[in-house]
Amino acid sequence: MELKTFPMGGIHLDKHKITSDKPIKEAGLPEIVYIPIKQHIGAPSKIKVQKGDKVKVGTLLADADGIVSADVHSSVSGEVIKIDDIVDADAYLSTMVVIKVEGDEFEPTIDQSHEIKKEITLSAEEIVKKIRESGIVGMGGAGYPTPIKATIPEGKRVNTLIVNGIECEAFLTADDRLMVERAEEIVIGAKILNKALGIQNAIIAIDENKPRAIEIMKKITRKYVGVNVRVCESKYPQGAEKQLIKAITGREVPSGKLPIDVHCIVQNVGTVHAIYEAVQKNKPLFERIITVTGDNAAENPQNFRARIGTPASFLIKQVNTHPENIGKVIFGGGMMGVSAVNMDAPVTKLTSGILLLNDEDATKPPETACIRCARCADSCPMGLRPFAIATAIRNHDNKELKQLHIMDCIECGTCSFICPARIPLLDYCKLGKMEIRKQKK
Amino acid sequence: MDIITSSIVMLGSIALASGVVLYFVSKKFYVKEDAKISEVEKLLPGVNCGACGKAGCHDFAKACSKTDAEGFKQLYCTVGGNKVMQKVAEALGYRQEEKEETVAVLRCQGTCQNAPSKFEYTGLKSCRLVAQISTSQSECPYGCVRLGDCVSVCKFGALKIDKELGIPVVDENKCVSCGACVEICPKKLFEIRPKGKDGKRVYVACRNQQKGAIARKNCSAACIGCMKCTKINPEIKVENNLSYIPTSVDAETYGQELADNCPTGAIVYTGRKEKKHGA
Repeated sequence: MELKTFPMGGIHLDKHKITSDKPIKEAGLPEIVYIPIKQHIGAPSKIKVQKGDKVKVGTLLADADGIVSADVHSSVSGEVIKIDDIVDADAYLSTMVVIKVEGDEFEPTIDQSHEIKKEITLSAEEIVKKIRESGIVGMGGAGYPTPIKATIPEGKRVNTLIVNGIECEAFLTADDRLMVERAEEIVIGAKILNKALGIQNAIIAIDENKPRAIEIMKKITRKYVGVNVRVCESKYPQGAEKQLIKAITGREVPSGKLPIDVHCIVQNVGTVHAIYEAVQKNKPLFERIITVTGDNAAENPQNFRARIGTPASFLIKQVNTHPENIGKVIFGGGMMGVSAVNMDAPVTKLTSGILLLNDEDATKPPETACIRCARCADSCPMGLRPFAIATAIRNHDNKELKQLHIMDCIECGTCSFICPARIPLLDYCKLGKMEIRKQKK
Repeated sequence: MDIITSSIVMLGSIALASGVVLYFVSKKFYVKEDAKISEVEKLLPGVNCGACGKAGCHDFAKACSKTDAEGFKQLYCTVGGNKVMQKVAEALGYRQEEKEETVAVLRCQGTCQNAPSKFEYTGLKSCRLVAQISTSQSECPYGCVRLGDCVSVCKFGALKIDKELGIPVVDENKCVSCGACVEICPKKLFEIRPKGKDGKRVYVACRNQQKGAIARKNCSAACIGCMKCTKINPEIKVENNLSYIPTSVDAETYGQELADNCPTGAIVYTGRKEKKHGA
């Protein structure tokens, strides 16, 4: 079968997927967890617990405030010892519920059995309600509350559900392992979403560099009508929503529009798996798969199933015994990840990986002058001209920025990666987007 | 004819033809403009900084010549200051009221010494970007990011990052209080304040709104909201653990006392007589 891909830009990365054959390992319970009450795009949730409260795994900690918001649940059982503003990975102060772990007691409503429950008994409305109550957000990294994407707004029409198992990011293998180990659950999750959206088909898109996941998924999907596997070329950023839609359906999402405007819904495999667990097992989102990896700084890279709120240092200790080797810690993958300031910053619903670099790898070569090679423009998957954007920002020229369609930038980092002069083009693009947003206000 | 002569003749004739056409077009479509505008514009500094609120010096000149005596009072070129405005007023036949000269002040003392950097930043040198992806260079979430966006935007060379301190320093003589730094600073650290008599002014050089102990831990020169300054002059208000000295507080009378009594040295008095402080 021919490989699907998007036509414009993109690069072929050396993906360093060193953990792709490491089975998912239980990370265990840390002594203290820090659960941020805002792990999504939108309004922060309203805190429901107080200092001194006893909580169980799955107890509601914070309630969604408005539509664009999400519930937050406790990931451990124990006592709330503090609710305070704590420095997170980005050095921002964010409100977190600090829980001291005592035992591992689950809320009685959660089905802890490992048996796969195939029958979908709930109606479409009940499914969406369940997703909302379980606090599920887009686990690919954007953190957009899922209930919104599971309901079709009036006047819109959806005919394709794409389950995104591309994971084009360098180093990360969390989605890969999930597909290998939990294939059937993901397929049932896709069927559940189908029911909620009122459509019949789902496409599971997988990158060609995951042969095992493709094989297993193909075998399982044979049993389910309407669910198909599509293999995509291993190209970065194949997993970006707009690029994926273009590759799978050939439809192009217009500038400033959403996938729903071209009748598509894209959900990450992690999200779909969480939906399965929420709907069939009554399990709110309190744990996720996370890859802790690194070429030289991690001796024992692993895929973990970690509770939300686990401090990063707890996971790092399990893969690295020589902390002096670590020069930089990145939350996320090699291309889009953001370097962390606080080692005790917690794993959130959106953390798909923790990447450890040694000092040598973390050092950036010095920036030199632009040589006008236009490689950034050639490789931009959105067809933008990053070099021109950088110039416009240096000149504080917001009018020019708008003409360069800067708001279409998906911040994939291809331009910064490809630039032979090491100009931080992505930083310029981020800055430009920020300026335009400020102007709109 | 060889190639050089032919090209000279060709290009020369094109130039001549277009020259003739342009001459007649410029005569035909000449726009008559008020002579006052160009007269005023000549007096202005011509930097087009936009500090006056107009699109540039030409726009300002236009506004000056169109308005009446009452409206003229509202217009002021901060770059040229009183001197230039006096000349403009004379040219237009209005009276110009003296305005107090102002200067930009940096309300932060988060130097590399007072608030050490907590990480090594290797990305794009832009305060605005760092302020978006992280809090600041130092532990203080309200403090100076020390990457010099203000320096890049200053058209008068009045700002420069002090190599030792790490924070921008305002050159009082060059600053024309155009307000570009006020606009660009993501932490809103700059304020345009009156220069004061003999350059003596007093202000709180801190924007930290955290509780005293945390603020102090993050930066040794932070305002901790101790209320001492409010006892010296009741006009001074402390809100959200942060003191603000209004411009109405007379610097010469209170400055020395305020600066001496501030336990962290967050209050800066430019005319301060040396008296070594514990902090």
